[in-house]
Amino acid sequence: MSRIVGSPLPRSTRLLLGAVPIAILVIVYGALSYQRHLENPMDRLMPTVEQLWRGLGEITTADRRSGEVWLWVDTRASLVRLAKGMGAGVGLAIVLGVLTGIFSTLRALFLPLVTALAKVPPLALLPIVFIFLGVDESSKIVLIALGIAPTLTSDIVLAAAGVPREMVVKGYTLGATTSEVVAKVILPQIMPRILDSIRLTIGPAWIFLIAAEAISAESGLGYRIYVVQRQLAMNIILPYVVWIAILGVAMDLGLQALSRWLYPWAATKGH
Amino acid sequence: MADEDAKRRIEERIAEAARAAARDGKRAPIAVDPVVRAGSVEAAGDGDPATATGAPPGARSDGGVPPILECTHVSHRYPRQTGGFQLVLNDIHLRVPQREFISVVGPSGCGKSTLLRLVLGSELPWQGSVTASGVAVDHPRRDRGIVFQRYSLFPHLTVLQNVIFGLELDGTWLLQKWLTWPIYRRTHYRRQVEQGMAYLRTVKLDEHANKYPQQLSGGMQQRVAIAQALIMKPRILLMDEPFGALDPGTREALQLTIVEAFAEQGITVFFVTHDLEEAVFVGNRLLVLSQFWTHDDGSSGEGAKVVLDVRCPKSTSVDVKASSEFQELIQRVRRDGFDPNHQQPVRTFDLSAAAPG
Repeated sequence: MSRIVGSPLPRSTRLLLGAVPIAILVIVYGALSYQRHLENPMDRLMPTVEQLWRGLGEITTADRRSGEVWLWVDTRASLVRLAKGMGAGVGLAIVLGVLTGIFSTLRALFLPLVTALAKVPPLALLPIVFIFLGVDESSKIVLIALGIAPTLTSDIVLAAAGVPREMVVKGYTLGATTSEVVAKVILPQIMPRILDSIRLTIGPAWIFLIAAEAISAESGLGYRIYVVQRQLAMNIILPYVVWIAILGVAMDLGLQALSRWLYPWAATKGH
Repeated sequence: MADEDAKRRIEERIAEAARAAARDGKRAPIAVDPVVRAGSVEAAGDGDPATATGAPPGARSDGGVPPILECTHVSHRYPRQTGGFQLVLNDIHLRVPQREFISVVGPSGCGKSTLLRLVLGSELPWQGSVTASGVAVDHPRRDRGIVFQRYSLFPHLTVLQNVIFGLELDGTWLLQKWLTWPIYRRTHYRRQVEQGMAYLRTVKLDEHANKYPQQLSGGMQQRVAIAQALIMKPRILLMDEPFGALDPGTREALQLTIVEAFAEQGITVFFVTHDLEEAVFVGNRLLVLSQFWTHDDGSSGEGAKVVLDVRCPKSTSVDVKASSEFQELIQRVRRDGFDPNHQQPVRTFDLSAAAPG
């Protein structure tokens, strides 16, 4: 057994190792579905690779009736909701979190409430949101925002409160006003950490999106999965699930790249 | 001793009158250059604490110009975890005229960093008052620059951006930089960069202007921090154990850097350290804070007082550290300030006895 402390693996080795479990998963699935179809050609639970391919073709070509390509329509609808919801949640969390993190009075005032709200499962709020806002787009966006804002806020509170007091004092001695200290000393320093926190909320945001779409929508990735579930169309559900995974990973990598590009100093280590 | 006290009280009264005159708009007498006068003050080294501390250089009348820093009967306490309060500073009385390099030293827990925070304004004293150039200290402000031991630099800015941080805030309105960038870049920004590079050259870091602080060694970071504070031309530069985390060689080099900056730029420095040798070397006036003192009846006192306030042998070379004068002073401070078994009765060194009121 190797020691925990060791030199980092070369990039090529890391990528190769990461691909191994995925390859095994695909191979095992292929073998299992083949096996099942030998026993029962009508099996619907584990479509063969060929059936999956046909399913993929079905969702990426224009529908005969509406002329729409399901995958694109659903992806666009879902991503727009996700962007609006996460944008609102992140904006709310940054304003609330930075202010609460910096000013101890505001912290005493709001932190208990935020902590309590963070403990409420957002899906329990879904009926309330539906009752107040109806079942259209705004309720889905609000659910995502409400779902991610509390945890993100407490994360940002910690980050803002964690900026050494010395730096704040230093800012003042260099002639900064309080708003300049916030805008030029505290906020830029915690931005990389905020981006990291946002990356972690991508998962929860998808949960709330799919949940809201499953209950009421005319389009969206979650909507489609739940609709075709009635026909047990696994050959459509599985490509959708894989597609959601790809989108999630892409968002994560995108935010990582953004962070490296905007805040190169956060990645620089000592020599 | 009594004569000495009376004399000083008179001097205080004259100073008070001069201040009143200055307030009334009359022309205040011009202060004698404190550095010249400092040269005439005997460097302490004799065995009699009363003579050495009886006339602390800073406590003299300075002709109506408010001292750059003045602590009047300052006491400070912190809540104890077990309830009640712990007195940290006990009736500190202190005056710092211009162009003095005052180094504060004392055993750990004596409250020297607390004193620095009170001077800085990041904490307010429990009792007494702190004034800077005659104005009550309420908040950290740009007339008092600071260099901390750690977290002195902003990690999100390059070395140059760190140094010109204060200049960029100065005299520009919100978003001016961004909205008028094509012009701003060729006027304000260019001037700031030139000035920043000049300061970086004085600390020999101009080659590293575009690196981030994390890419520099600890000693280099502190040099940037010194440039960053000095570029704002503060009336007084406060330093809180600035070289405490550095290795001995780097430390000595930085001591020379700051002594040179002091000599060349005529600044006033308030330097807090736990290293006695460093304190005696960099400062031209040494202030020893200690919690080891007794009342008249022999009972132990609470909170730290100034137990010694003397001139230091001044030199811009590290050779002075080997001189007998230097070593004697260190021995004396070690005995009077740092040895818990050698507790002086407060009467022999209580500087506040001579204070007005």
